[in-house]
Amino acid sequence: MFRKLHDPGPSAVTILIDGKTVSAEAGENLAAVLLRQPEGWNRTSTVSQSPRAPYCMMGVCFECLAEVDGVGSVQTCLTTVRDGMRVSRQLGRRVLSA
Amino acid sequence: MRPDIIVIGGGTVGAAIAYGLAGFKQNVMLLDGGDRDYRAAQANFGLVWLQGKGMGLPAYQTLTRTSVGLWREFATEVEGLCGADLAYENNGGIAFCMGEDGFENRRAQLQRLHNQWDGGEPDWEMIDRTALERLLPRARLGKSVSGASFGRLDGHANPLRLLMALHEGIVRQGGVVRSNAMVLRIERVGADFRLLLDGEELVAPRIVIAAGLGSAALAAQVGLDVPLRPQRGQVLVTERFEPFLPLPASGLRQTGEGTVMIGATQEETGFDLSTTSDAAARLSRKTVEIMPDLAGAKLVRQWAGLRVMTPDSYPIYAQSQTHPGAFVALCHSGVTLAAFHARELARAIRDGELPDFLTPFHQRRFDVPKAA
Ligand SMILES: Cc1cc2nc3c(=O)[nH]c(=O)nc-3n(C[C@H](O)[C@H](O)[C@H](O)COP(=O)(O)OP(=O)(O)OC[C@H]3O[C@@H](n4cnc5c(N)ncnc54)[C@H](O)[C@@H]3O)c2cc1C
Ligand code: FES
Repeated sequence: MFRKLHDPGPSAVTILIDGKTVSAEAGENLAAVLLRQPEGWNRTSTVSQSPRAPYCMMGVCFECLAEVDGVGSVQTCLTTVRDGMRVSRQLGRRVLSA
Repeated sequence: MRPDIIVIGGGTVGAAIAYGLAGFKQNVMLLDGGDRDYRAAQANFGLVWLQGKGMGLPAYQTLTRTSVGLWREFATEVEGLCGADLAYENNGGIAFCMGEDGFENRRAQLQRLHNQWDGGEPDWEMIDRTALERLLPRARLGKSVSGASFGRLDGHANPLRLLMALHEGIVRQGGVVRSNAMVLRIERVGADFRLLLDGEELVAPRIVIAAGLGSAALAAQVGLDVPLRPQRGQVLVTERFEPFLPLPASGLRQTGEGTVMIGATQEETGFDLSTTSDAAARLSRKTVEIMPDLAGAKLVRQWAGLRVMTPDSYPIYAQSQTHPGAFVALCHSGVTLAAFHARELARAIRDGELPDFLTPFHQRRFDVPKAA
């Protein structure tokens, strides 16, 4: 799996992924953080329910969707982490009035 | 084999007629145009809809009722023949009303329409907000939603699967479907029609012109002047959600796949298929007023299609007087009317004569007497 090559040291921030505290570097790409988690996926397909992970890393494939700070279907590869950010993996089709 | 009848135009209208003709054991050939043609059949909203239709022309209410009444049995037959799932549901449909004025205006409009029609029970009732909330337990309504009109005969279907299944059904019933077969000219040769295509000629004793916006040029060659204009409709589609909208509404429906379709605009912008951010903003704003939670939905697609519009918006069904055997069929609600087209219209075309109840739809209502 992916791992971070260097220790961010003082520029480390903390985000929550499905309630679990995860360390990241200020300015880091959220999809990159998700990719180096042991689960290795960020959503399940709305059609087949199979797990999906970031793929293109440039905003075109929509594989990297997750809920970020209460907003659903955010493209995490276009999102920069922020201290205290709350991220939830998305299971299948969303429920509208969650 | 020489066809008994050639249908020109492979959209939902032409395909439904050809499907019906094939079912009536006619040797039918369906010709569809090029990839760059305007195709309402591939851009539409998928409502099979009655409520609110036919102002000023009760015959259109009757026609729409007939088609809606035939739809279930028609869908079952098409599905059985082609192994398709048309996702047809007819549990009723709603038109949301905003504010007390909106509610009363809608009631007055539907009442006026009903008074014009003397065919029996209304297909609709007005329901207040509480009753509407009971119908839609999983959708939170916006503050200004005052209620809705509920049409018990309304429904929706997957229009792309319908189109595909009709094409498939024509072939399965022994007909021929040809794409990229643009008809350039129609000539009379004796009792037959000769159709000129690019590098090819086809001959048949009967033809049906159902070529959408391409029909005016063809109909003029068989003595029928059909005034048509394009009317643009833009549609928005969201990501997929768990089911929350059990009934389709005019302008807002959740598909079997879970996406929400929003639309469609009615714009007089000529032959222009552009999508605009202005339309996206207007449609979104209106939708969020009805269901505020949709503000958080991601849009995945926006498209535009051109409706096939006549001056009074009603269909044209006609046989040419100067060229008997040449028929024209045009309308703006080809999904709703598909069952009628495949059944009664196809039967009448087979028999060579349109029935009296279609007289109000003849093209001659638009003919202006020429000044001397
Ligand atoms: C935005 C939008 C929303 C709509 N919503 C609904 C709805 O909810 N419910 C409903 O019932 N209806 C709806 N409609 C209308 C419906 O889509 C049409 O009535 C339906 O598609 C039938 O169109 P058609 O077959 O007449 O024309 P088209 O689909 O435009 O097909 C015409 C065909 O003729 C072919 N053609 C043209 N010229 C020639 C030629 N010279 N030779 C050979 N072929 C030719 C073209 O290639 C084309 O495929 C909607 C339409 C739009 C645009
Ligand atoms: S990884 Fe492809 S859009 Fe984000």
